[in-house]
Amino acid sequence: MLDTELRTMIDEVKDGRMDRRGFVQRMIALGLTAPMATQILAIGGVAMAQSPAPYKPTKRGGGGPLKLLWWQGPTLLNPHFATGTKDQDGSRIFYEPLASWDSAGNLCPILVAEIPSIQNGGLAADGKSVTWKLKPGVKWHDGKPFTADDVVFNWEYARDPATAALTIGVYQDISVEKVDDLTVRVLFKNPTPFWADAFVAVVGCILPKHLFADYKGAKSREAPNNLKPVGTGPYKFVEFKPGDLVRGEINPDYHMPNRPYFDTIEIKGGGDAVSAARAVIQTGEYDYAWNMQVEDDVLLRLEKGGKGKTVYSTGGDIEFIALNFTDPNTEVDGERSSIKTKHPLLSNPAVRKALALLVDRDAIQKHIYGRAGRTTASFLNGPEQFVSKNTKWEFSIEKATQLLEEAGWKVGVDGIREKDGKKLKLLYQTSTNGPRQKTQAIVKQACQKAGIDVELKSVVASVFFSSDVANPDTYSKFYADIEMFQIPMTQPDPAQHMRRFHSRFVATKENKWQGRNFPRWVNQEFDAAIDAAEAEVDPVKRAAFYIKANDIMWQDTVVIPVMHRLKVGAATNSLRPVLSGWTNDTDNIQDWYREI
Amino acid sequence: MRQYILRRLLIAVPSLLGISLVLFTVLALAPGDPFAELATNPNVPPEVAAALRTKFGLDDPIYLRYLHWLSAMLQGDWGFSFVSRMNVDTLILQRLPTTLYVIGSAQLLALLIAIPVGVYAATRPYSIFDQIANTLAFIGFSLPTFFTGLLFILLFSITLDWLPFVYTTDIKATGFRWVIEQVRQALMPVMVLGLFQAASMTRFVRSAMLDVIRLDYVTTARAKGLGQPRVIVKHAMRNAMIPVVTLVALQMPAVFGGAIVTEQIFRIPGIGSLLISSILSNDTPVVMAVTFVFACLVVLFNLIADILYGWLDPRISLR
Repeated sequence: MLDTELRTMIDEVKDGRMDRRGFVQRMIALGLTAPMATQILAIGGVAMAQSPAPYKPTKRGGGGPLKLLWWQGPTLLNPHFATGTKDQDGSRIFYEPLASWDSAGNLCPILVAEIPSIQNGGLAADGKSVTWKLKPGVKWHDGKPFTADDVVFNWEYARDPATAALTIGVYQDISVEKVDDLTVRVLFKNPTPFWADAFVAVVGCILPKHLFADYKGAKSREAPNNLKPVGTGPYKFVEFKPGDLVRGEINPDYHMPNRPYFDTIEIKGGGDAVSAARAVIQTGEYDYAWNMQVEDDVLLRLEKGGKGKTVYSTGGDIEFIALNFTDPNTEVDGERSSIKTKHPLLSNPAVRKALALLVDRDAIQKHIYGRAGRTTASFLNGPEQFVSKNTKWEFSIEKATQLLEEAGWKVGVDGIREKDGKKLKLLYQTSTNGPRQKTQAIVKQACQKAGIDVELKSVVASVFFSSDVANPDTYSKFYADIEMFQIPMTQPDPAQHMRRFHSRFVATKENKWQGRNFPRWVNQEFDAAIDAAEAEVDPVKRAAFYIKANDIMWQDTVVIPVMHRLKVGAATNSLRPVLSGWTNDTDNIQDWYREI
Repeated sequence: MRQYILRRLLIAVPSLLGISLVLFTVLALAPGDPFAELATNPNVPPEVAAALRTKFGLDDPIYLRYLHWLSAMLQGDWGFSFVSRMNVDTLILQRLPTTLYVIGSAQLLALLIAIPVGVYAATRPYSIFDQIANTLAFIGFSLPTFFTGLLFILLFSITLDWLPFVYTTDIKATGFRWVIEQVRQALMPVMVLGLFQAASMTRFVRSAMLDVIRLDYVTTARAKGLGQPRVIVKHAMRNAMIPVVTLVALQMPAVFGGAIVTEQIFRIPGIGSLLISSILSNDTPVVMAVTFVFACLVVLFNLIADILYGWLDPRISLR
């Protein structure tokens, strides 16, 4: 994008000659917008708009109970130990971060007075520090004041390897200092364009120092408050039964006016997704259910009852087929799929391109994912300013056939193509999961028509996604030719999402297959784009690098994106949940209310 | 008698040790690990996942882990859940009352149906009543609980909207209302489990009763001029109950097993649903503890059955 044009526009916003909305709309038109557009403005020197949540209740409480149904209940309530979204969701009711993400990927202030920007002095121009000004007068549920010491403590707590916090990745490379009682500064080693990670959303939930100070490090698991949270959140802790129930009651001293709306809250766990959908949409026993991994026809049928409906939020989760660039059937130094080998079939670009032409995304969307999926050709699907407009996908058996013919793959006597004695036979693995097996069948059928023989394999999810070094069936070992699963995007920024395909992260026996680049794809141009993006403070240039990286992946057919998946929840008709595809369902729980 | 119980308890020790060894080995060899979800979470660096594995001793050899587990168990330490980061015994104790309440009521319901129906059917074999009872019993035990459970939900919760199908542990009511709610929500799971049990038990009671009712001493009792109810209840039933007791006692663990599925369907927070969620999240210490509790139950109920024999039939001496 044109640098100077953008700068002029930012200046216009600053001077008030252009309004924020106009700016964002122009950005959309230029193919560069949404959550990061606001961050562009922030770095460009314009304060972020405090997103106007349409919150209607005019007094605190009085809303009765809020009943949530999570088909996997929270099993612990310390946000730093949360192993999955279910635990983060449960903790988030009681604990709060400094800021949360709204549905568009904007930051909303929670425990801070304002969102840092260059204009208010919160962001350093060199991108190496952020200063957060805490909201004065916030109290913990036990009446103690919330101060900068608490924030600094959380950094010390999480970064200590002995604590075994799962948020360590967020906190280990930064340093945090207290400026005064209500100001903290986060310092980065390198210019960090995406500064809103530490202390933001679920990984940023703040524990009270006065209750956890004695339980830092190796004693972390003995803290009595691991099971009895005392936070600053809209609801106070009442009861917790792991995997079954989390209960809270209204916090009468909550720091936001007129919030929360509900008098009590509960998260009930257990069961399965279909019956959870039923309890919300069909019988209305519960107000909201999470993660509706249910086929769209079933949901549509339930919705005919009229008590509830499904709600969708868009993030960047991508379901895709990855192609193995190494040979899974040859052992080198005791290692299959070794980076020293080349895949006998898939190293040929024509075969990869042909495969991409054989994935009928329309059919997959229509018959499997329904409203919960969007077709896409890109691996990176959000936030919008990072989404490439240069990629496209097509389903055409004829073109695939033609491509293979031109590359010299001729149909043999058994109907399977071959070249130089090598038959086009592929092993296609994925985790055991209804929609995935159906997708496999659709792809296999198209491949057969094009003369590619595909053998299907499904591995139980607990094995497929495990980091068990001894198991040959994990996705990271990739002892198959192609494999399919979903990678979620946990924050509205592509850095972590795209970094995994950098050549330095290739999964090998040496790193116990924990390298994230499991297709073992090596491309200098891609590496250069990622390296450049990670060092780039200018948001526009940075976005351009990520778009370029995405396009390189597309040109080289590293992965075949199958579906851009949306998050699906179920809510009763009267409930007004505030959801975002960029964060957990309960990240804005203080804004939930019921329309009567 | 006391000596007998003591001896039986001592014999139970090696068998429980054997069971625990087998369970532990199988679980240790099973694929998957509790930190699987971390693998796809880009926020968690691989080093952290590896450090966690080491911290929880997942990288130690199996025999070492078993010895650790055993010595901790002997000191009353049931272990520590990877997933909830809390003690396993707390987790199990929290859920045991619910399971006992549901299974106990189901078993009671089963007995209340099976004994009268079975006995009455046996006194009038091949009558209309017997035919109907038999047919229903066949239907009852050929339908698995997960199927009847769903059927009940569709009928009573969704179509008729009479009963809730999500079991809650915290009913917001006191006194009489609380009792009503507690019964209302337990009704469907108890019916599902109880009727399934009752079906096979009815068949059993009937055949046990038929065996006894033809014996000479029953005829003698009748010849003495005792009334039919007295003969049936005092003379025939007591002896017919011996095999029934074995069945009930030995089926108890199976009932716990059946309850796992029912608990999952109705979201009953019992140890069965704890077992399922722990298996799904590879929380080995919890799976180990729950399965071990089940093993203990089998041993215990075997013992109870043997002791009850002696009480029901003094001819069986326990030595």
